[in-house]
Amino acid sequence: MTETPALAAAAVRSPRRLLARVLRWRRVGADGRGAPAPIVPGGSLAGTALIVVIAIMAFLAAMTVGGLDLVRQATSDWNARVAREVTIQILPVAGRDTDAAVAAATAIAKATPGIGEVHPFSLDETRQLLAPWLGNAALTDLPVPRLISAAIASGAKPDLAALSSKLTSEVAGASLDDHRAWIDRLRAVGDTLVGIGAAVLALVVTATALSVLFATRGAMAGNRDIIEVLHLVGARDGFVARSFARRFFSFGLKGGLVGGGIAIVLFVLAAWLGGGADDQLLGPIRVGVFGYLGTLAVVALIAFLAAATSRMAVMSHLKRLD
Amino acid sequence: MVRFENVGLRYGIGPEVLKDLSFRIEPNSFQFLTGPSGAGKTSLLRMLHLALRPTRGLISLFGRDTAHVSRRELPGIRRRIGIVFQDFRLLDHLTTFENVALPLRVQGKSERSYRAEVVELLSWVGLGDRIDAHPRVLSGGEKQRAAIARALIGRPEMLLADEPTGNVDPHLARRLLRLFVELHKSGTAVLIATHDIALMDLYDARRLVLSDGRLHVYD
Repeated sequence: MTETPALAAAAVRSPRRLLARVLRWRRVGADGRGAPAPIVPGGSLAGTALIVVIAIMAFLAAMTVGGLDLVRQATSDWNARVAREVTIQILPVAGRDTDAAVAAATAIAKATPGIGEVHPFSLDETRQLLAPWLGNAALTDLPVPRLISAAIASGAKPDLAALSSKLTSEVAGASLDDHRAWIDRLRAVGDTLVGIGAAVLALVVTATALSVLFATRGAMAGNRDIIEVLHLVGARDGFVARSFARRFFSFGLKGGLVGGGIAIVLFVLAAWLGGGADDQLLGPIRVGVFGYLGTLAVVALIAFLAAATSRMAVMSHLKRLD
Repeated sequence: MVRFENVGLRYGIGPEVLKDLSFRIEPNSFQFLTGPSGAGKTSLLRMLHLALRPTRGLISLFGRDTAHVSRRELPGIRRRIGIVFQDFRLLDHLTTFENVALPLRVQGKSERSYRAEVVELLSWVGLGDRIDAHPRVLSGGEKQRAAIARALIGRPEMLLADEPTGNVDPHLARRLLRLFVELHKSGTAVLIATHDIALMDLYDARRLVLSDGRLHVYD
């Protein structure tokens, strides 16, 4: 009955105390007496060092998850933007009226089901587009290709293959660019970045597991007397392993919460400092729900990984004792 | 309950420290194990508790040949034996209550199920007011009684005690002996390793004497 007000009071006094109370919560019995102390004692220097290492690993893993979320958002945004439009290009052909070809191609595009707004670039507009690269003087004498931008209506799936074939057969010098090459390249870039992120996550997880493994061995060496007494009073290997796993779960959870918490604070700060201004090329630079949920998942994964690794290390060590 | 036949023990490639031990411990029996320091009393107790395997010979515990007891079966057998170590082996980070309750805790029992029993036993050994104390603040005698209580809490069929009166004054030693005798009368086999002749003279019981690695039994 007194536990909830006590927690509230702890929260008011200090968030750190609240965390400590929450982590100890299961150890307070219904009769108000402290539940039995953990079999494997905590609070050692090695334990603190392990928590710091796990916090760093969790931070790196959370930043990777946040980065992956940014990549995922950016590539899906690029994909959506690029895939919403097609471009018709009319190459100037000697002896042919290019303006007539543009008009014919525009008419064909407008008549195609699923194509929305069609905007043929005038000769001046086309020259303005090319001027930064070729200069105004050169453009007056050069035959320049003409472009027609055609937007795809929302939710529509026009038959682009049919449109392309109709354009090439009916309008001389016309071709359709559905941006497929761009989309494929963006997808490849996105897949590569996701692959790199997954590799970094795997490395971080492996490094965490190895840290816990060595820390478990150290803890077992430091608590050899405890293990011996436990065996002599009839403890099974599973009980000993669970005792260590419980202690290392606590280390993992504390380290994970610290590292993940710092990463989340940075995500929030980045979104706040970015002011919500979307970059024209990259899209919105803010970690989404996936990033936050992923960070929480990383914290849970690291805590369970710490427990599982220490349990396996203890069981394997105890088996070798026989 | 316990049967040793031609049991020998050597450490590494050294000489045999225990030779041709043959004896029995019957249920509900009481015996002292004695001998000079270094005679091998502790080694014999460790073999009885399956913490040490003999180099040769047969040890049968509760009808099982210990040579064929697997690692998985060890805890089950150890739970039938209570042991009091010469150096107490209390865990410093646990309270007296938690130390005494350890054999029940490792069996997966909830604290609620054994709290009353542990408190009663602690009162019985005179530690009723030291329940929440840690071993660091207990006197030698208090640690000894806590170690004895830990050995008894699981209601063992056999109690092994290694120099249980080595760290206490003669008055407390007599009280502890009475405690062991009470336990014996309640049906537990008791083996007390001691080199305290005065203590053995207080109670007429079988004596197992270790000398030069050999055992002499005086019924």
